[in-house]
Amino acid sequence: MPSLKDLRNRIASVKATQKITKAMQMVAAAKLRRAQEAAEAARPYSERMGSVLANITQAIGGGGDAPALMTGTGKDNVHLLVVCTAERGLCGGFNSQIARHARDHIRRLLADGKQVKIICVGKKGFDILRRDYASMIIDRVDLREVKTLGFVNADAIAKKVIHLFSEGAFDVCTLFYSQFKSVISQIPTAQQIIPAGVASAPAAVVDGGNAVYEYEPEPGEILSDLIPRNISVQVFRALLENAAGEMGAKMSAMDNATRNAGEMINKLSITYNRQRQAQITKELIEIISGAEAL
Amino acid sequence: MAEAFKFELVSPERLLVSAEVESVVIPGAEGEMTVMAHHAPVMTTIKPGVVTVKNASGGEDRYVVFGGFADIVPTGCTLLAESAVAVKDVDRADLARRIQEAKEDAADAKDDQSRSKAEQFLSQLTTLEGAILPA
Repeated sequence: MPSLKDLRNRIASVKATQKITKAMQMVAAAKLRRAQEAAEAARPYSERMGSVLANITQAIGGGGDAPALMTGTGKDNVHLLVVCTAERGLCGGFNSQIARHARDHIRRLLADGKQVKIICVGKKGFDILRRDYASMIIDRVDLREVKTLGFVNADAIAKKVIHLFSEGAFDVCTLFYSQFKSVISQIPTAQQIIPAGVASAPAAVVDGGNAVYEYEPEPGEILSDLIPRNISVQVFRALLENAAGEMGAKMSAMDNATRNAGEMINKLSITYNRQRQAQITKELIEIISGAEAL
Repeated sequence: MAEAFKFELVSPERLLVSAEVESVVIPGAEGEMTVMAHHAPVMTTIKPGVVTVKNASGGEDRYVVFGGFADIVPTGCTLLAESAVAVKDVDRADLARRIQEAKEDAADAKDDQSRSKAEQFLSQLTTLEGAILPA
């Protein structure tokens, strides 16, 4: 049975922890709002990009001049996985969910006899995947120093990927990130970016209907300019969704921790009070029985 | 007064402009062009340069864009810029850095094709710098 002093110390320390988790939750909530705003601000660009891309691929009509980034190498042997996770922990199952999703994918690919290469974005994913697949990790991107995610960060990653592709280092590239559904639910997602999955966007988005476009320069040339940019945009979107998801996960994880600490304090206080009461009673009994003996 | 049409300037980070405008001057890859209402549908890439927007309510806004493309339909014009800032907020240091990078690219280019491409980009950037510096 712990002494009264022990209990008092314990309660004090749990209270301190609760204060910290509470503060972290509030910080996460503030950051979440900002991350959500950023994700929303980026949406128009990727939407327009999608509709323009759909438009132009329609114009080309699968002609021979589509760039390799879109058609792929025609092979399917070497897979590159870009795994985006958070830089920091303490956000529940957020990072491990993405890592697990990626790991399942890797296992499937390996079982099919494919070669796998990994690029880790974010420290946590690297830490997790390093355990099993250290030899496959060819690069890692550290965003720890980055305060606000900019398009340049995503662009740098995309350029790296495209550069590897032009060297023929891989055939298929898949992006792993967590889709931000709501504060309490983030869905780990795999998205293939090379070869680009084309024309999933409805072509009717553009209000020109089936107008005949004039292209300047040639459609093929525009497309070869557009596709790398589209990859950057996809990466950027993934990073933003991740940022929002991380903050959401952190918020709910910290909320849970705060609540847990509260429950613990309640329980400890009850034990403390009971014990104190028991001690008082004991002392009273001693005094009374001492007086009666006289 | 010319008829107004819808113009949107979007960068990956945010939507900069979404307004009714009278005309827009776009630095197209194959020359500058002015877009007004009822323009024939055109899709063009753009080079680094200045976009001049003439608002329907009068007044002009100028934006610096670094590459991207424009989607023009009779009822509107959408400009997707890789990065865009209002001319008055241009960061000189950033521009200087881009020029420096372009110079390095031009110096590092391995074959003629990529070198001429890099040099072209560099000259576009320096023209741009000349265009906005006095402002």
